[in-house]
Amino acid sequence: MRLGEIITAGLLALLSLYFMYEASLNGFGYTRGSGPQGGFWPFWLAVGMLVSTGFIALNWFRGTSPASQSDEPLLDAFGRKTLLLVGGGIIGFVALVDIVSMYGAVALFMLYYTKVLGGHSWWVTAPMVLVFPLMLFFFFEGAMQITMPTGMSFTDPMYDILYNIIY
Amino acid sequence: MEILSLLGDGIVTAVQPLNLMLIVIGVSVGLFIGAMPGLGSVNGVAILLPVTFLVPPGSAIIFLAAIYYGAMYGGAISSITLGIPGASTAVATTFDGRPLALQGKARLALVAAAIGSFTGGTVAVVLFTGFAPALARVALSFGPPEIFALMLLAFATFVGLGGDDIAKTIFSICFGLVLATVGFDQVSGAARLVLFDMNGFLGGISFLVLAIGVYGIGEMLWTIDSMRGGITQSKADYSVKGIVEDSGTTVREGWKGTAIGSFLGFFVGLLPAAGATPASLMSYGIAKMLAKNPEEFGKGAVGGVAAPEAGNNSASTGSMLPMLTLGIPGSPTTAVLLGGMVIWGLVPGPRLFVDEPEFVWGLIGSFYVSNVAAVLVNIAFIPLFIWMLRMPFTVLAPLIFVLSIVGGFAAMKDMFDIWLLLVFGFGAFFLRKFDYPVAPAVLAIVLGPIAEPTMRQSLLMSSGDPMIFFNRPIAAPIMVVAIILILLPVFKYMLDRRKRSAQRG
Repeated sequence: MRLGEIITAGLLALLSLYFMYEASLNGFGYTRGSGPQGGFWPFWLAVGMLVSTGFIALNWFRGTSPASQSDEPLLDAFGRKTLLLVGGGIIGFVALVDIVSMYGAVALFMLYYTKVLGGHSWWVTAPMVLVFPLMLFFFFEGAMQITMPTGMSFTDPMYDILYNIIY
Repeated sequence: MEILSLLGDGIVTAVQPLNLMLIVIGVSVGLFIGAMPGLGSVNGVAILLPVTFLVPPGSAIIFLAAIYYGAMYGGAISSITLGIPGASTAVATTFDGRPLALQGKARLALVAAAIGSFTGGTVAVVLFTGFAPALARVALSFGPPEIFALMLLAFATFVGLGGDDIAKTIFSICFGLVLATVGFDQVSGAARLVLFDMNGFLGGISFLVLAIGVYGIGEMLWTIDSMRGGITQSKADYSVKGIVEDSGTTVREGWKGTAIGSFLGFFVGLLPAAGATPASLMSYGIAKMLAKNPEEFGKGAVGGVAAPEAGNNSASTGSMLPMLTLGIPGSPTTAVLLGGMVIWGLVPGPRLFVDEPEFVWGLIGSFYVSNVAAVLVNIAFIPLFIWMLRMPFTVLAPLIFVLSIVGGFAAMKDMFDIWLLLVFGFGAFFLRKFDYPVAPAVLAIVLGPIAEPTMRQSLLMSSGDPMIFFNRPIAAPIMVVAIILILLPVFKYMLDRRKRSAQRG
């Protein structure tokens, strides 16, 4: 944790410098008589971020923050496994949206989480995989008239049936 | 007396069978729309606007106002049960509502939200009834310098009174404010901070992307990691006796927050550029500032739920006032309501109270009735919300992830924002590990789009002279209080040093 905190502070300091650079493209000066330029507000806020990371590093050096006193790893074996399985599942879910549609991706993610990670029976898994995406479809597309991504063309027959129901 | 007579007529109009039915349907629909992550009152009111052409204008606005009320109540539900703010107005409710739910006190949080909302709504509608024209004039005296001073005060309450690491809190606020500037400069119209030259940033970063990422993804990952697989089901339970006990607890522990939210929320709601979101965040900040134990805020304080809920409900009524009396909408939802009134042939403005008294007082009467209907419907649905929480965690967790992604897309309609939401979610997970407070960043991205333009407008008004913030009678005291609060950690540090050196001596 101790090493992680100073690395994080360093990365955030770099991010602050990048924000300062981007903001400076719009001018960060103060024009007498008319006030600040377009990049003034974000530039000086990014300076505030940079100064804060300096104080965070100082606190780390003096060992006053809890993380700077900790010898525990940032992620132990359980943490790494959790991040890989759960975090990876979420990334996979979002990546699948443009292929199998939003509702298709929801069904696959629910199958993965409830059956594979949760180890639930098919009695619990089936409604989550089949009924929950349909409920979402009728709420968003039917009631709220919000269209979600429909994925690649092979999902069209399924959408034809569902749209016939609501329109 | 004349006002009471007119109000009596208005309430009689509101409880006509058709209107009463529309109120109950409106608050129920609003409750569920508000509870859905990514959707808020503005979605409900806008989508159901065409439906209102089937009924007379008076009934139509009563229906839309009831949806507005219901959605204000509903936003708290997903904040508490799922940890995802249902709408921007419910972001502050997440700060303490979610910790209470994780401690097995979801029922207490839901009751505190319902009572806070009801009280806020009631206080606001009483103020609305008695002082509408006078308050509208006061609201008009708030220009950009005064609104900027208010925004600074909101940030100051987080810096000066946070129990967290001050450097990390300031970093979080600055980070949120910088994110709020991404997209187009509101004053010059030039593209600004288009990060890594990605066109997706041209549209700016919505607070929802950050809020859902931080609370829906980051918070859930953190919960799963920190609980070490130990949570299978929440301990939340439901009983009528329990609700009565929780009501007592709310009155004892949350009265101050409720009172602050009710009055402050109404006034912030009146201000044209503000609305219910800043009102709820400021109510939370001030309630924390004035609390006996401010360090409990963020860890499950009842006042931390009641204050923002009272604030956002009070503000939602308050924002109707400039709409009706001046024709100026105080929030996006009232802008849609204003559009509806124009379509129905009504002209909002000073003449409305004279030309259409039956309509105006029927609407005001419906506020009272809607408020009662909303609290009853809300409490009636508490068992359903508790049932959701009692699901096995391995079922609830994917539901939260899915609602975060689907709700995020429903609001933003762009996959770029969903990927950004994931980046914020994973980032928040790691920052949380190092005790970076994330709530100030969410506060900042919500208030940033108000703070920056008002600061620049003020400086344009004064030809660049920053003294404009200190030589106006309303802005000056607010600025002074804000600056004192910002400097409070420095004073505390110096005091601690003197105490330590005195002890050594």
